[in-house]
Amino acid sequence: MNVIEVRGVTKKFGNFTALNNINLTVGEGEIYGFIGPNGAGKSTTIRILLGMLKATDGKATIFGKDVWKDAVEIHKRISYVPGDVNLWPTLTGGEVIDILLKLRGNGNSNKRDELLERFDLDPTKKCRAYSKGNRQKVALVAALAQDADLYIFDEPTSGLDPLMERIFQEYVRELSQEGKTVFLSSHILSEVEKLCDKVAIIRQGEIIEEGTLKEMRHLTRMNVIVQTKEPIDGLKEMDGIHHLEKRDKEWHFQVDADKMGSVITHISEFGIIHLESLPPTLEDLFMGFYEGSVLSENKRGNR
Amino acid sequence: MLIKGTGQLTKLLFRKDRVKIIVWLTILLAVSLAAAFAYPNVYKTEQDIMAFGLTVENPAMVAMIGPGYDLEDYSTATMFAHEMLLFTSIAVIVMNILFVGRATRADEEEGQLELVRSYPVGRLSYLSAAVIEALIVNLILAFVIAFGLFLSGLDGMDLESTMLYGSILGSIGFAFAGFTALFSQLAETSRGTNVFSFGFLLIAYFLRAIGDIESEVLSFLSPLGWIVRAYVFTENAWWPVFLSFITAILTIGLAYYLNSIRDMGTGFLPERKGRKRASGFLKTMFGFLLRQQRLNIFAWAFGIFLLSASFGSIMGELESYFADVDLIKAFLGEYPNESLTNQFLSLLIGIMALFSVIPAIMSVLKLKSEEFQNRTEFFYSRAVSRPFLFSHYFLFGLIVTVVVQMMIPLGLWSTGSVLKEMGVPFNDLMKASLAYIPALWIYVSLTAFIIGWFPKLSNVVWIYFGYSFIVLYLKELLKLPDWLVNISVVEHVPNFLTEDGNLLPLFLLMGIALLLYIIGIVGYKRRDIVG
Repeated sequence: MNVIEVRGVTKKFGNFTALNNINLTVGEGEIYGFIGPNGAGKSTTIRILLGMLKATDGKATIFGKDVWKDAVEIHKRISYVPGDVNLWPTLTGGEVIDILLKLRGNGNSNKRDELLERFDLDPTKKCRAYSKGNRQKVALVAALAQDADLYIFDEPTSGLDPLMERIFQEYVRELSQEGKTVFLSSHILSEVEKLCDKVAIIRQGEIIEEGTLKEMRHLTRMNVIVQTKEPIDGLKEMDGIHHLEKRDKEWHFQVDADKMGSVITHISEFGIIHLESLPPTLEDLFMGFYEGSVLSENKRGNR
Repeated sequence: MLIKGTGQLTKLLFRKDRVKIIVWLTILLAVSLAAAFAYPNVYKTEQDIMAFGLTVENPAMVAMIGPGYDLEDYSTATMFAHEMLLFTSIAVIVMNILFVGRATRADEEEGQLELVRSYPVGRLSYLSAAVIEALIVNLILAFVIAFGLFLSGLDGMDLESTMLYGSILGSIGFAFAGFTALFSQLAETSRGTNVFSFGFLLIAYFLRAIGDIESEVLSFLSPLGWIVRAYVFTENAWWPVFLSFITAILTIGLAYYLNSIRDMGTGFLPERKGRKRASGFLKTMFGFLLRQQRLNIFAWAFGIFLLSASFGSIMGELESYFADVDLIKAFLGEYPNESLTNQFLSLLIGIMALFSVIPAIMSVLKLKSEEFQNRTEFFYSRAVSRPFLFSHYFLFGLIVTVVVQMMIPLGLWSTGSVLKEMGVPFNDLMKASLAYIPALWIYVSLTAFIIGWFPKLSNVVWIYFGYSFIVLYLKELLKLPDWLVNISVVEHVPNFLTEDGNLLPLFLLMGIALLLYIIGIVGYKRRDIVG
């Protein structure tokens, strides 16, 4: 059974359409990446999943239950870290963690202390004195110290340093090994790339792609660096080549995945000395979508 | 250079604060002028003035507003100075604490200072800008009030006296600007700065109160003790102005020194370490709410108690005092059968009751501000239902109402041995106060109702509150029509002091409160939660 299912969810705030007919499917045990630029609708989607916002249209379920009607029931098995962590300024970090754990009722005190140590967080400080990163750590410790079936993280590492980011990633992998499901929203692409089995890309309230990273790469361009004995002619005129650039003796360009063969055939005529071809990073994917219509062009090309 | 860029930063502060400055100065001037014009209207005869002089000689009044003038020196001008100077000064001081605290520690805590300091500006520039801003605002205030009073052309308002009156306000304000600048170096947080500054103001007030009754030496230790000894409009002593100004220079100098030797973001009295674990009580919902709001609730309860106690202490003078005063009669309306004290007591309890619901309204409004600061999502992403949180805030508001309301009879009684003599039993006081609770609960449930349906409009409750206040205070004076009066729920509270109260309205009011709460929950369950 799928842990999260979102079918045709639309959310309007007055005349503004924050989410337009989105669909998501997260299977049990998956680490699911949800990426998009700021303001794309990531947090709105998460708040619908948490039953805080009511979808204008469509249906969303978690564990097969309705996210709006059965919110409290669902939340007994969920752990969540918000994107913008605001804490109660007069309480200490330690007190906040205890209060939050009490609300769920199944916090693990040993795990709490271990997490505090791993994340190097001083629990005796008042929350108003914490930096953004430390506030985020408080929320992370509270979320990770409790046992849940689904973990939802909204840009969990945006304030953390690389060392802490790595610790977070280790915990997420641990969760995944235990068979837990993780829903991770982010605009930090390397993170999603490192952790996630599946990703969905959201932009301006619409899911523009959902699938495994492998599938997505297939749809887009490869980065190619090539050096030949004789100068290459005719690259500019070839179909499917983008961002062509000559640096010293090397040519750098991107090529649509389905045009790779013909491009290689063409350049091999000039005597290849050095050829590098790199799969697109998520960043490239993302920028491609962001710039506009790469994907839809490719899709049309494929079909 | 340590103060490079001060001029630009001063401009920045004025740009940032200009609306606040205009509002503060306008209100201070308006209230001063309104009061100055009111005295000649209220106290028309020599006899009225004499009665006033006798009343304010009472130790309780001296403790409240400072020592008065010699009886033969009383005129409408000196009455104005005696009753208005100290409280206007406190208002000016509050303004200074807020402005200087904001421009020093708060901006440092929130990081604006860090941004500014990364530019080519001196280490002491921001503090200098804050001090210059305070100096200019206080100067403007002093001149505006001085000339405002002088130009009013009222009896006794000569140029030197009004200049002194304005200068006292400006200089005591500036002195406290200096104290705040100093405290902002000591404390590590803006909250700490406020606690120190307002705490110091409170101490200064009480030191003066005790000193004015018991021994003058104590009064001289308090800056507030100086200004009530200026005897404006008679002796016109200028030394309090100079002393305040010197105090400002000294405190500001010390603040400069401390600022120059400390690191940014630190204070000389660092915050203590807090608890590592939450106590069992804090982990309950009520414990959690109480912890968030205890300072606010305690301050209100204490303030209401003190106010009630001070009214209790002057109750004895009232009967003879009111008999002469037409204005008070106009406030109370004419009820020939009842004693004026009972009427006054009823009005007083009504006003205090309305005051006492403010912290309760604030505590329920917290539910909205918590939501808009993305803090309710911690609850709603866990197994917490909306009615659970909503009801806890609501119930908490109901309890706060009762607790703070109880301070009124307790306060009145604590100093009111006079009341006993006049035959107002404690039970009656208690009954008269408790009778307000169902009506006050309506403000609490109205707040909850608005949060349930229209969270963005939650401050509308203050408009209704303000309306109730105006009706209560001025209905007789303005001769408001019944239907306008009836819109305010506190007008339906039976008066247990002057009649045998009818219990039916109390149950009706409670029913309305319950209804508003239930409708509020329905809306709250259905609507989107912001965060």
